[in-house]
Amino acid sequence: MLTVAALAGVMSFVSEPFASADNLFNVSRNFAFIGLIALGQTAVIATGGIDLSVGSVMGLAGIVTGLVLGSGQPLALAAAAGLGCALLCGLVNGALVGYLRLSPFVVTLGMLSIARSLALVVSNNRMIHDFGPDEDLVLALGGGRFLGLANPVWLLLVAALGAAAWFRYSRLARHVLAVGGNEVSTRLAGIPVARVKLTVYVLSSLLAGVSAILMIGWLGAVTNALGQGYELRVIASAVIGGANLMGGEGGAFGAVAGAALIELIRNSLLLLGVDPYWQGAFVGGSIVVAMLVERVRRGRQAAG
Amino acid sequence: MLELRSVGMHFGAVAALVDVDLELRAGEVVGLMGDNGAGKSTLLKIVAGNFAPTSGRVLWDAADVELSPLSARELGIEAVYQDLALCDNLSAAANVFLGRELSRRLFGVLPVLDHAAMRRKSAELFAELGSDTRADDLVRQMSGGQRQAVAIARARLSAPRLMLLDEPTAAISVRQIAEVLELIRSLKQQGVGILLISHRMSDVFAVADRIVVLRRGRKVADKPTADSSAQEVTALITGAIEAA
Repeated sequence: MLTVAALAGVMSFVSEPFASADNLFNVSRNFAFIGLIALGQTAVIATGGIDLSVGSVMGLAGIVTGLVLGSGQPLALAAAAGLGCALLCGLVNGALVGYLRLSPFVVTLGMLSIARSLALVVSNNRMIHDFGPDEDLVLALGGGRFLGLANPVWLLLVAALGAAAWFRYSRLARHVLAVGGNEVSTRLAGIPVARVKLTVYVLSSLLAGVSAILMIGWLGAVTNALGQGYELRVIASAVIGGANLMGGEGGAFGAVAGAALIELIRNSLLLLGVDPYWQGAFVGGSIVVAMLVERVRRGRQAAG
Repeated sequence: MLELRSVGMHFGAVAALVDVDLELRAGEVVGLMGDNGAGKSTLLKIVAGNFAPTSGRVLWDAADVELSPLSARELGIEAVYQDLALCDNLSAAANVFLGRELSRRLFGVLPVLDHAAMRRKSAELFAELGSDTRADDLVRQMSGGQRQAVAIARARLSAPRLMLLDEPTAAISVRQIAEVLELIRSLKQQGVGILLISHRMSDVFAVADRIVVLRRGRKVADKPTADSSAQEVTALITGAIEAA
């Protein structure tokens, strides 16, 4: 969080356009989509798992929502269909990881491929830009603004506050952290570990679905490439935000700050005129640095 | 309180326990000793409800019972396992209440974790056990003795009548062993029955009222600690003496 503030502070001096309302509006909207999914990813990572399928689930949910809209159905129905697909993906992931105890990496890697392929199948590789009678509503939802902030940013704010309260005050979140800390002892304590895992994968997929619906409203069209490669940015956000890939740690604000930091780095490089080919190197480097900082902090704790 | 009558346990052709009788009264500490594979853990798992014995009877308050992990807990039997089964990443209070979290209702409807109550109650439990463990500390940062106190406090939460302690003094320092033995004494004073599995002869002699020795699944001794000696028990464990 401090890093985000520091980087933003430096940039507002170095680059004139950085602090402009338009740029900040864009930056915040860009990371809202990622941040939203990173909240769910953080819960998954806190159980010691990982969800590689979020980008593909976004693609599938976006395509399905677009198709249903295009067929003349109202937004509510289309969103329900898109979220339903996301829910199914999450249920499959969660059931395989939780009840059959398969490796989260492999299961969600499979879903990454399956959901993307299904998006291709149902869309027949077409771009969908006719959103039917509710088109204006869809575009306003994802692309509109309210009190100076983009709608997705408002949703992210609400979701982050909700997630923060959830992490601190809900019994389920406590069990999520316990599963990540010591799965065997959590089971011995009588906690339904499989159900806890199922819940976090469903949550992660659903948030990917919500993000997809907002994103097609912002883009005004949807292709089956929607969300491609996002899983890495989402996981990077969660990890930079302090989620421990070994499980047992993670918080809501960390995930949002992580997403913000990645977007700020990308934006700053752009504004400073750095060749965009360098973006990946800087974003990747920041992930590794975040891990190193965490290690140093942990080391000091253990010594004290 | 607890009574086992000619309990036997077979895993296929392997007899882990043969005709074992055991009685345990409230406030009594029984030290269960034996070599690796003598059947100590099997016996403990039967009492904790993890295994159903293949023969014999288990009685609780003089009535036959069929134990499952859940029903054992409901009767007031709590096990503290060797690996302590704690979550390193959570606080002491969170571990004590794991799976039994206290909650309150926000605005009368929304259930939220009651951190203050859990902190207060676990601090009380630690004080009762005479331990310096702090409720807010992460288990990761604790000494072996403090971790043991957390595990015991968790088991104490339901005010159990019988506690099964599996090697509570393994892998901790001498000073911490003294702490754990003190915990056991204070539980005994509060009327809790204790079945203590330990390899450490001196610990068993320090706190147990009675010593039971198993060898290859059979009970070869069951006598008051005062009537026995470390030499005798060693001989019983190894088989130098057949029975006593």
